[in-house]
Amino acid sequence: MDPVDGAHEPAGEALAFQDCRIRATIDLRVYRLSAVQKAAYRVADKCTAVLGALHGDSVPITLIFPPSSTESDALETARRFFQEALDQELREKIGEETAPLRPCCSRTPSLEPSSLRPDVTHPIFQPRAAFIPRANYRLLPFRFGRLDGETILATNDVGEHVLLERSELQAFVERRLAPGSSLYRTLKSRHFLYDDDSTVALDLLALKYRNRAEQVAAFTGLHIFVVTLRCDHSCQYCQVSRQSEDRARYDMSEEHADKAVDLMFQSPNENLKLEIQGGEPLLQLPLIRHIAERARRRSEEHHRNLQMVIATNLSRLSDEALSLCEEHRICLSTSLDGPADLHDRQRPAREGSSHARMVEGIRRAREALGPEAVSALMTTTPASLDRVEDIVDEYVRLGFHSIFLRSLSPYGFAARSLVHRYGVDDWLRFYRRGLARILDIHRSGYALREEATTILLQKILSPLGSTYVDLQSPAGIGIGALVYNYDGAVYASDEGRMLAEMGDESFRLGHLDRDSYEGLMTSEALLAPLSETILEGMPMCTDCPFVPYCGADPVYHRATQGNAVGHKAFSAFCAKQMGMLRHVIMLLERDAANREILLDWAAGG
Amino acid sequence: MLVKLHARGLRSLGTTSPGPFVGRISESAGDKGACSGEELLLVKAEASALPPGYLGYLLYHPTDVGSLRDAYVLGPEQRHLQHGDVVRIDPARGGISSIYRAASRHNTLLVTERCDNLCVMCSQPPRVQDDSWLADELERAIVLIPKDAVELGITGGEPALLGARLVRILTLMRDHLPRTAVHILTNGRRFAEPAFAGAMGAIGHPDLMLGIPLYSDLPEEHDYVVQARGAFDETVRGILNLKRKRLRVELRFVIHRDTAGRLPDFARFVARNLTFLDHVALMGLEVMGFAKTNLDTLWIDPLDYQPELAEAIRTLRRANMAVSIYNHQLCTLDADLHPFARKSISDWKNCFFAECEGCARKDDCGGFFVSSSARRSRGIRPLPPGAPTR
Repeated sequence: MDPVDGAHEPAGEALAFQDCRIRATIDLRVYRLSAVQKAAYRVADKCTAVLGALHGDSVPITLIFPPSSTESDALETARRFFQEALDQELREKIGEETAPLRPCCSRTPSLEPSSLRPDVTHPIFQPRAAFIPRANYRLLPFRFGRLDGETILATNDVGEHVLLERSELQAFVERRLAPGSSLYRTLKSRHFLYDDDSTVALDLLALKYRNRAEQVAAFTGLHIFVVTLRCDHSCQYCQVSRQSEDRARYDMSEEHADKAVDLMFQSPNENLKLEIQGGEPLLQLPLIRHIAERARRRSEEHHRNLQMVIATNLSRLSDEALSLCEEHRICLSTSLDGPADLHDRQRPAREGSSHARMVEGIRRAREALGPEAVSALMTTTPASLDRVEDIVDEYVRLGFHSIFLRSLSPYGFAARSLVHRYGVDDWLRFYRRGLARILDIHRSGYALREEATTILLQKILSPLGSTYVDLQSPAGIGIGALVYNYDGAVYASDEGRMLAEMGDESFRLGHLDRDSYEGLMTSEALLAPLSETILEGMPMCTDCPFVPYCGADPVYHRATQGNAVGHKAFSAFCAKQMGMLRHVIMLLERDAANREILLDWAAGG
Repeated sequence: MLVKLHARGLRSLGTTSPGPFVGRISESAGDKGACSGEELLLVKAEASALPPGYLGYLLYHPTDVGSLRDAYVLGPEQRHLQHGDVVRIDPARGGISSIYRAASRHNTLLVTERCDNLCVMCSQPPRVQDDSWLADELERAIVLIPKDAVELGITGGEPALLGARLVRILTLMRDHLPRTAVHILTNGRRFAEPAFAGAMGAIGHPDLMLGIPLYSDLPEEHDYVVQARGAFDETVRGILNLKRKRLRVELRFVIHRDTAGRLPDFARFVARNLTFLDHVALMGLEVMGFAKTNLDTLWIDPLDYQPELAEAIRTLRRANMAVSIYNHQLCTLDADLHPFARKSISDWKNCFFAECEGCARKDDCGGFFVSSSARRSRGIRPLPPGAPTR
C-alpha cells in the first residue's frame, strides 16, 4: 500500500465480493488503527467491519454486508471505506499537530508587543520579495471532507472555508506549499495556517470563535405558546391537533398563559420572539389578546424588543383578529403547501377548500396590515415531490417573496409513515429543483428567496453564523427556544412536545405550576441532551467539515434512534444537512451566475 | 479657494519676539479691552493708531506702531487669514503658518514627522529628527482654538510615537474643545501595547475616531507596503485593543498597483474578522512624496481596478459595514459606485483640471489633489447630468 493521492484500496490485490463479504489486509505502516476504526464507523450503515488478529504490521479486515447487498454496491462501499481510512489518516496527522493550538485559539491569547524597533532610517525601499515568509508554516486547526469527487472542503472552527483538490490538501498538510502560491495565500488569509512572520491569526481566531460562541449566551429568544390543540383542519402530517370542541381539555388557561409570559421575561435575551401556535390559535382569540397585552406590558417594563407572530391557517381570520394584530404589530405565519389541489389534499378542512380560505385570509391580512404582514411555510409530502415548480410558482402567484422548503419531520405516526414513503435523496432532488426554479425566478426580476438555503448561507458566510434554533451547537433546545404547552407543561422545543404526544416525554422540562425558571433551565432533561450532543465532540461530526454550518438535533435522534446522539451514518438528518450544504457550497463556489444572488440572500437582501 | 498654509513675506514694522510664537487672530479691536495677550489683532483698514495689549498685530497697510511689539504687514498670500484662525509666527523668517483656520472644515494638526512605517506611497515622507517642539506648540495652540470648531484632525508622521504625550494632547482637547470631533491618523502599531490603548480609552473623549491604514489581508503584503516587518500584526492587535476600549476605528486602504489586486480578498478578510469597525475608506493615491518618487511602479488607472473595487464594496456592504470611496473623480467610477464616493480632499489641496470643463457633475464630485497634475486617469471627462450622489 502506498499513501499517495488516489490510492484508496490496497494496491496489487483486487477486492472480491464473496458470501456477502469483502476481505482485505490493512498495512498499519500506512493506516493507523484509529483511522481504520473511524472509517469503519462511517460505513456502518452499509456493512459491519470485523478486524482480525495482528500479524506484524498488518491486520486482516472483513467487511460483512447484509444479504440484500449487490456486488457493485459492496465494492463501492469498500472503495469508500479505504478512501475514508486514508482521509482519516490525514486527519490524525492534522489533529496531532493542531491539538495544542485549539485551547489557545479559544481563549484570549496574550498580546505580546513585538520587539521590533521603529526602523525609519532605510531610505531604499525593499522589494516585495524581501517580505515573502520563509517556507516554514504551521497548520491551524481545521476539518476536511469530500465535497465532490476529488474536491475537498476544508473548514475551520470559526466557519471559514476553502475548496481544494485532494492532492493540494496532501501537499498542504505535508508542508509542501510555496509561500507565494495562491493556495498558500488563501489558506493563510482564512486562517488555516500561520507562519513565522505573523502570529496575529491566533488573536483573530480567538476573537472570531468567542464572537460566534457568544451567541449562546444571549439565551432563549423564541417562546412558543400552544394556546389550544383544537383545529378545524386535519392535515395529514399533523399529530398534535384535535377535532374536539372540548375547550376545557385542550385550551391553555389564562393562569398558565400569565405564568408563561412572566417566565419568558426571565430570559436575559434582549430580543424576544413570542410565537402563538396551536392547533388553530385563532380559535382562542381572547386568550391571544390577553397574552399580547401582558407581553407588551412586560416588554416595556423590562426594556426588551418584542416580536409577536401567530401561526395560523387563516380560516378564522376575523376583523377582530386583524385589529388585534394591527394594535400589537403581530405578524401572521401561515402554511401554504402549493396549488389548490395539492394544498387541499394535504390540509383538508371541514368547511370546504382550505386553500381558498387561506388565499382570502392572505388578501385581507395584507390589506389591513401591509404587504409584509403574512409569511408562509410549506411542508413536503410524497405528493409534493414531483411538483416543486408548481409549488414555487404558487408562492409567486400569491405575491410571496420568500419560500421555506421544508422536509417532513418524523414526529407522529402518520408523519412517520409519510416520511418512510420518501427518502433523503428524494427530498434533496426536490430541494435542488426547487432552488433552481427560485433562482431562475429571482434572476428574471421577481425578488424571491429560499429560507432554508439562506440560513445555511448565513452560517457559511457570516462571522457570527445564524441564530436559527434548529441548527445550533450546543443544540437550540431550551436555550434557543421554549414551548409552553396548552396544559401548562414546558418543553425544550416544538418537536419535543410532538414527541411527547407520541408518549416520549424526554424533552419535557417541567410544568408552569410547579417549576421556576431556574428549575426548568437547569433540569436534567435539558442539560443532559445539551452536553451530550455538542457536535464538536460527537462521533463522525468531530471530523466533519460541515460542523460549523450544522447543528445538533437531539430530539430528532431521540425520535429516530432512541438516543439524543445517534449514529450519524444512519441519520437522515445528517444525510439531508450534508446534501443541502454540498449543494449550496457548490453553487456558491462553482456557479458565478447564482453566487451574487446567494451572497445577497445571506446579507438579508 | 486654494490657500497657502505656510507662507513667508511678513514684514515687521518694529521690534519682534526673539523666537516663534502662537496666537489667535482677532478682527474686533476694542471689545476685548485688555485682552488675554493671546490674540493677534488683524487690521484690514488703514489705521492711524493700534490699541495696545495684543500679542501682535497683522496689518494690511503699514502704519506707525510706536513701541508695540510684533506688528507685521501681511504678504499677498496671507490675506486669507481671518478672525478665529490660530497661527504660528516665525519672526526671524518672516513666516506665518495656519494651525487652525476658522473658515475650513479640514483642519489638521501635525504632531510629529517621525514615523515607524515607511510606506512606499507615503505622501508626507517622515523625518527622523526630534521634533517634540511641534507637540509643545500644539499644546499652546489647542487652548486658543475656538470652541465652536467642528472637527480637528491629528496627523503625522505617526502620532502614537508621542506615547503619553498624545494622551495629554487629547485630554487637553477633551477639556478645551468638548464639542469638537477629533480624527487621528495613526498606523495603530503602538496600540498593540494594551496599556497604551487603555490610556486612550480612559481619556473618555466624547467624539474621537482613529483612522488606521491596513493594506492587505496578508501580513507579508501589508509589511511590504509599509516597509516594516511585523507591522501587520502590531496594527491589527492595535485595532483590536482600541476596539476593546470601545474607541471608534476606521480602516483606510490606499489603492495602488501593489494593493489593488487583493482588494476583494482584503474586503473579505475585513468582513470576516473586523466587522465591528466603524468605517472603511477605500482611497485613491495622492501623488505626493514617495508616491511621486515611486509613481511608475505604483500607478494604476482607477478604470483598471473597477471590478475589484466594486466587489470589495459589495462584500463590505453585505457585511453591513459603512464604506466610502475617497479621492476618486466620479468619471473614474462605475455609476453604481457613485453613492459611495465622498468629497474627501481637503480644501487647501483640492482642484479641478481643464478636462472638467463643462462637466454637469462637478458639484457632486470631490475633484483632484493639486498634485494630480503629475498623473490622472485616462477616464477623466465631463459627465452629463445624472442622479446626484449623497
